[in-house]
Amino acid sequence: MPTAAAPFHGRPVVFVDGVRTPFGRARPDGIYGHTRADDLAVRTVRELLRRHPALPPERIDDVAIAATTQRGDQGLTLGRTVGVLAGLPETVPGFAVDRMCAGAMTAVTATAAAIGVGAQDVVLAGGVEHMGRHPMGFDADPNPRFMAERLVDAQALNMGCTAENLHDRDPGLTRDRADQYGVASQRKYAEALASGRITPDLVPVATRDPERGWGLATADEPPRPGTTVEQIRALPTPFRPGGRVTAGTAAPLTDGAAMCVLAAEDAAGELGLAPRMRMVSFAYAGVDPAVMGLGPVPSTRKALQRAGLGIEDIGLFEINEAFAVQVLAFCDAFGLADDDPRVNPYGGAIAVGHPLASSGVRLMTQLARQFEEHPEVRYGLTTMCVGLGQGGTVVWENPHHPDYEGFTGPKEAQR
Amino acid sequence: MTGTTTGTGVWTGTAAAEDVARLTAATADLERITHAPVRDVTLPGGVGTLALVTLDNGFDHTRPTTLGPNGLAEIAATLRAQQARAAAGEIAAVAVTGKPYYLAAGADLRIMGRLTSEDDARTIARMGHDTYRLLREMGVPTFAFVNGAALGGGLEIALACTYRTVSADVSALALPETYLGLVPGWGGCYEVPRLVGIEAAVDLVLSRPLANNRRTDAATAAATGLVDVALHPADFLEQSVAWAGRVLSGEVEVPRRALDDAATWDAVVAAAHAQLDRRLHGARRAPYAALELLAAARDSDVETAYAAEDEALTELLMTDELRAGLYAFDLVTRRSRKPTGAPDRALARPVRSVGIVGAGLMARQLAVLVARRLRVPVLMTEVDDERVVAGLEGIRTMVEQMARKGRMSEAEANRVVGSIGISTDIGTLAGVDLAIEAVTEVMGVKQQVFAALEKIIDPEAVLATNTSALSVAEMSGHLEHPERVVGLHFFNPVAQMPLVEVVRAERSSDAAVATAFAVAEQLRKTAVGVADRPGFVVNRLLLRMLAEVASAVEAGTPVEVADRALRPLGLPMGPFALMQLVGLPVALHVLRSLHEDLGDRYPLSPGLERLAAEGRRVVPEADGSGREQDVDPSIQEVFGEPGRAGALDETGVLDAVLTGLAEEVGLMLDEGVVSEPEQVDLCMVLGAGWPLHLGGITPHLDRSGHAERALGRRLHEPGVAGLR
Repeated sequence: MPTAAAPFHGRPVVFVDGVRTPFGRARPDGIYGHTRADDLAVRTVRELLRRHPALPPERIDDVAIAATTQRGDQGLTLGRTVGVLAGLPETVPGFAVDRMCAGAMTAVTATAAAIGVGAQDVVLAGGVEHMGRHPMGFDADPNPRFMAERLVDAQALNMGCTAENLHDRDPGLTRDRADQYGVASQRKYAEALASGRITPDLVPVATRDPERGWGLATADEPPRPGTTVEQIRALPTPFRPGGRVTAGTAAPLTDGAAMCVLAAEDAAGELGLAPRMRMVSFAYAGVDPAVMGLGPVPSTRKALQRAGLGIEDIGLFEINEAFAVQVLAFCDAFGLADDDPRVNPYGGAIAVGHPLASSGVRLMTQLARQFEEHPEVRYGLTTMCVGLGQGGTVVWENPHHPDYEGFTGPKEAQR
Repeated sequence: MTGTTTGTGVWTGTAAAEDVARLTAATADLERITHAPVRDVTLPGGVGTLALVTLDNGFDHTRPTTLGPNGLAEIAATLRAQQARAAAGEIAAVAVTGKPYYLAAGADLRIMGRLTSEDDARTIARMGHDTYRLLREMGVPTFAFVNGAALGGGLEIALACTYRTVSADVSALALPETYLGLVPGWGGCYEVPRLVGIEAAVDLVLSRPLANNRRTDAATAAATGLVDVALHPADFLEQSVAWAGRVLSGEVEVPRRALDDAATWDAVVAAAHAQLDRRLHGARRAPYAALELLAAARDSDVETAYAAEDEALTELLMTDELRAGLYAFDLVTRRSRKPTGAPDRALARPVRSVGIVGAGLMARQLAVLVARRLRVPVLMTEVDDERVVAGLEGIRTMVEQMARKGRMSEAEANRVVGSIGISTDIGTLAGVDLAIEAVTEVMGVKQQVFAALEKIIDPEAVLATNTSALSVAEMSGHLEHPERVVGLHFFNPVAQMPLVEVVRAERSSDAAVATAFAVAEQLRKTAVGVADRPGFVVNRLLLRMLAEVASAVEAGTPVEVADRALRPLGLPMGPFALMQLVGLPVALHVLRSLHEDLGDRYPLSPGLERLAAEGRRVVPEADGSGREQDVDPSIQEVFGEPGRAGALDETGVLDAVLTGLAEEVGLMLDEGVVSEPEQVDLCMVLGAGWPLHLGGITPHLDRSGHAERALGRRLHEPGVAGLR
């Protein structure tokens, strides 16, 4: 008999729904080359409200939006600006969040905690990153003490270098395994797209190009379907001569936004908002910044421990693919095969892209869809590594599972 | 991306290809060409592909998208390509939208105002129809996604589409053609009444343009059916595409109102005609031409209607009415932003508080305007407690009324009232940076006020007078620092009238004048610099006109003849109605003052003096209908029996008035009251409401020959504000 999770401390929190913009390549000629970051986030908020007419906008207690670089069109407290721009009532407050790549995840867990203690009922949480307008680390001013006191390795601020470090750390993490993984990610994404598992979560975005006029972004731009191992074996290793990390085994630089609705389980019941997932536990953990890709390992252990669950209880994994090697290190740590079908069944960031602070909610939205397809799975998790040596994990329960207890949706829908 | 905008191909349609080739070549250098790139968008619901056309001239929002021959050629080429794709089954729909903030702001007026032949005029008219006809005959449904301002031809392109969405924030939907001297001639006069009904069409095509060019907002447009749906601006284009998909799938049905019945149609047209007559007395061709087209739209087929629009446009494009209208429109919109003769604005002194001497009607309006726009404390003085109380009460009432009408928030009303104080002690004005006197128009009184102010205020502070006709130099000659005195002549009602005459006296310093210009700008008024000559510009010309009328009446011209005589000019009101509006005693006060300063060109009128002394009206009380008021025939008695030897007919009175105005303008330019006739026109349009189709006044004086006859010269080079 499988383990049941320890009860959530406080009011149960459910994931009502999530959407995202199509992801774009972070280049001047990418689909969002002329589109503002805050406008991307606005579209996701509008879409969530449209999909859930049962949710009165004035019932939203807070809007938490993450961005790694909070300046320019990602500055000025995104949660508030996006709320105003999206036409939310002025009574709805908002704030901005940053935990680099785990920004949206942190927006979710921070607001979930507020719901858990009874301070709030319904929130919007998500993130946006326009890496074309805000290159990673641009204009950052690291304290010289980091280097002077050797607090972190010089290479720890370059994510590609930390991925190379992971390869160094365990000779079993070979380039070949990484290449195989990268190709599989592209293949799984293409299959998920073809079978209609990607597009339903997307909100179309009107994009303007001064030369070409208005268009409509309706599909992800980064994926490279049909990529073969032979093709990426030949790719250069930009982070180190003779290294192992290539464009084929790393998430591309990406523009995009993702947003979700969270609610207290009782508030969801009151409003008739069917839950797609229920939060079980979450945890963050720190590791050596030089091998930041290891972050998800301790954060997952911690989250599982708090939930009273073991890795064997988890039926689906959505892990952010900053680098193939970092996923492989996670799999090795938990005894999962490289091609375990429970891991990233729709492919991952290597294919679809990783707009830093928005990816956490993409993982959740996809896990929610997988839960619907797999009522036999009771628990799943979303996890990601974070720059400067962190990991974050959220464990979720599937409302479609027969043993699920609690509100599962309005009565009419159940009949 | 499919479709191409490179190469516009050979023109097909009602315009001849060689005419199009000639016109596009002739205007290519002048035209800010609007491009029409197209991108394919997948419609939701599996209903196919939408070809999305964007109108974009490649500039930011400060350079609105406009439509000239070359732009139309590009748009037509794009649409023809889509027509072919539609026929081939490649696309399910075509949509047109614009760059941010604009669908399109209408025809390129610079080009419209420079057409040199009737052939070119007819060609541009037909090009518009030919281009928009492609939308009607696309073979698949067409949509306009009205994302921003859609004016004139910009709105007509939307009307040519099968369906229309509008962004809910759009406030500038209009057919302003009749305001300028044209008709909505690229389908507007035909489509609008059929779409929204004849009554709403008259409002859009005639009433709003003639009511100071008022525009329509998205909500109103959706309510009348001018557009089908207003969508939230936050994701307007995305939701427009989604809406288009639902229309194509049949999920959304778009209702269309039935054509109004013939009786309704004719009744509305007849009422509109009567309204035009009351207002214009036939003085302008364009509104009547538009009404004729509207009248015919019910029973006409589209090609007949388009051909009639072509002919109306051709006729109007080649009129002085339009050229003068475009000249004046350019004056009041573009050129008024840079006042001629204003000193370097860096010389302006900061104004952190304003004093106003007097708390009468004019002073109260000034105080409220200053408090609203400058957002600084306003300190006023009056001679006794009773007037202080009356002043405060008047200001409170005025501001409360504005708040009630929604012109300012309650908090703003509280701030405005709270920032104005009135005292009987002129010493309270000691700290102000600018003091404006608005006391009675008597030289001695004004001199005393300035003398008193000079004793208490900072030596650097600027003194201004709101006099309408008195000499600023004489008012300040006795002061220790006359260089800091300027005139700031506002017009009544201060909140509405957009003009301020900034009077530079002989000894006025650049700093004082620059401060006056800066304050006028902050008050959002158009400032025109004028010399310190009696009556400045507006009152000098208005009174010259009234003096000519009065002297004709004194000489035996019947008052009704004199009143009717100016109707061909299409002024906002007749001469007697104007006297009544200003107040006969006030008008006569200014007349006497000008008579004293300028002599017999401004003769006194014993008859009018008697009417003023008896407190009589010269036109009857308004009946509330808003119609123009004609002279009260009973006042004839004070001028004696009409029809004596010196009596003039209507033509004679009009000729005398225009001759007088031409003479006066010539003298004003000679005296340097303003440096160019453009300033005269700007003043008359903004300060007296004289109509655009006269170009203010000087283009009309050239056109009628009065400038030539009175001055021996034209006021403008041929072609500047008229055809020749």
